[in-house]
Amino acid sequence: MNNIFVYLEIEDGIVGDVSLELLTKGRSLAKQLNCKLEAVAAGFKLDTIGAQVFPYGVDVLHIADDKRMAPYTSLPHTSLLVNLFKEEKPQIALMGATSIGRDLGPRVSSALFSGLTADCTSLEIGTYEDKKAGKVYENLLYQIRPAFGGNIVATIVNPDCRPQMATVREGVMKKEIKDLKFVGKTRKLELSKYVPDTDFVVEVIERHMEKSKLNIKGSPIIVSGGYGVGSADNFKLLHELATTLGGEVGASRAAVDAGFAEHERQIGQTGTTVRPKLYIACGISGQIQHIAGMQESAMIIAINSDPKAPINAIADYVITGTVEEVLPKMIKYYKKNSK
Amino acid sequence: MSFNIVVLAKQVPDTRNVGKDAMKADGTVNRAALPAIYNPEDLNALEQALSLKSKIEGATVHILTMGPARAAEIIRESMYRGADGGYLLSGREFAGSDTLATSYALACAIRKMGKVDLIVCGRQAIDGDTAQVGPQVAEKLGFPQITYAEDILNLSDNKITVKRRLERGIEVVRGPLPMVVTVNGSAANCRPRHAKLTLKYKHAATPSEKQEAGSDYTDLYDAHPYLNITEWGVNDIEHDIQWLGLSGSPTKVKQIENVVFTAKESKRLTASDVEIEDLMKELIANHTIG
Repeated sequence: MNNIFVYLEIEDGIVGDVSLELLTKGRSLAKQLNCKLEAVAAGFKLDTIGAQVFPYGVDVLHIADDKRMAPYTSLPHTSLLVNLFKEEKPQIALMGATSIGRDLGPRVSSALFSGLTADCTSLEIGTYEDKKAGKVYENLLYQIRPAFGGNIVATIVNPDCRPQMATVREGVMKKEIKDLKFVGKTRKLELSKYVPDTDFVVEVIERHMEKSKLNIKGSPIIVSGGYGVGSADNFKLLHELATTLGGEVGASRAAVDAGFAEHERQIGQTGTTVRPKLYIACGISGQIQHIAGMQESAMIIAINSDPKAPINAIADYVITGTVEEVLPKMIKYYKKNSK
Repeated sequence: MSFNIVVLAKQVPDTRNVGKDAMKADGTVNRAALPAIYNPEDLNALEQALSLKSKIEGATVHILTMGPARAAEIIRESMYRGADGGYLLSGREFAGSDTLATSYALACAIRKMGKVDLIVCGRQAIDGDTAQVGPQVAEKLGFPQITYAEDILNLSDNKITVKRRLERGIEVVRGPLPMVVTVNGSAANCRPRHAKLTLKYKHAATPSEKQEAGSDYTDLYDAHPYLNITEWGVNDIEHDIQWLGLSGSPTKVKQIENVVFTAKESKRLTASDVEIEDLMKELIANHTIG
């Protein structure tokens, strides 16, 4: 009772990174709160899920294995969580801020009348004082998220309603195995007890999922461009530098909106969070929402024609110049002098 | 046969132009201090609704928005683009609502509208980026939902077929009406319609707006009832007051902080050959690259 629950996203029998990251965070929150970490797997042919998630310290794994539960549709997965949560009364429930978690989370929160905070960038435990009511709440989940296009950071709490629900984007938390040998309990759920047949009303007729070709999150070097790069054509220079150095190309939201780069390259609060060895920011002014997604890079080089660009404040090296003049020089020197 | 489509839309502060007075001391948004725009993905939703209206005989499109008096602007804008009319849900009882209290109020208003076949709305609004209101309205009404829609492909035999755009692919799903569909920014843009519509609806107004203007055009509105934008207060919808506004909001804002990043001591370089080469030499030497 009153444990931490993580909803597992499963595609082709494989638990998604975002869920493993949440399990890692859930494990540390559970330790702080002295409670257990539980996970919910819903889908079809889930035999290997336990082996995938137990090393992350899952104490109890609830499994709803049924052909009709895959691929994901809103209503049956909602009913499963709602009814399981009514039974188990978790204090915290976490899910990925993905097209699944952001479809499921709000529906579950509405059914349970519990607060949900979307796209958290940090989760902490702390105290909350409601001065009006003269009440102090201990051990609440601080759901910390940017708001207003990233200009402010808000700490949200759910004082009275349970579970306290939050979604988190992929890459924001770090995944870390706790103990390779650890094995928790498995609990098979009888689906009909949780999900009425009437929930299976939406059918998936067609489905084309691609494994992401990009691996921005895992790339040690990222050459990233902003609106200041000027054109999709100039972005080719970034691709050339990235290929030369063995890295990936990223982009700011403004560059993606302008059509210079694909959406999946977006770095920042509404894109991917990255922590590469080297981050080369080209023509990026440094909106807060972008900086929040890359500030943990080990080394940052900012290339900008504006010597006062905000991104310069967090850069290790600031090159004042344009992408067209600087990048070819870097490419040329590296090709000549590497190996 | 009638086919009633409701578009949930929101007037949002343009978060691309946020100033210092954007937040109030209590941590809620000071909407008055910001330019207000039609939430972009709600326009994508409106486009889907209007395109269905042009294909289905007898279909109507009405906007429902919750907000202050000036939110009527987006209802008028919708009418310029081809909507039949709209409803403004307004009143101080709704102030301070989080997504759940908002969804409850919207669901109460939709119930009051009578037969609704389809509800469409933007996936999310740019002021909060939560993507919660669509699914929560669906849950409150007991309707199924299809989120992340890119295109409504078909509507027949009381079923709707929708193409969804997900992070790593697409999905085509089919479900029964009534349904809530939330529409992605990747869907078709809301193209401008005939200028005649702008002329036709130029004087469309809510009762509050007419009162505010102090204009005595009663005849105009009697002769052209389509110019009346419906305005509902809390007493016009069947509700339980404890689920509205702050008391209906399980989430509380504990704290708001401006974002400050720790500045580093940076080395300043020019774009000269020598300085770029020195930098590259250093990066290779300390194994950052290579």
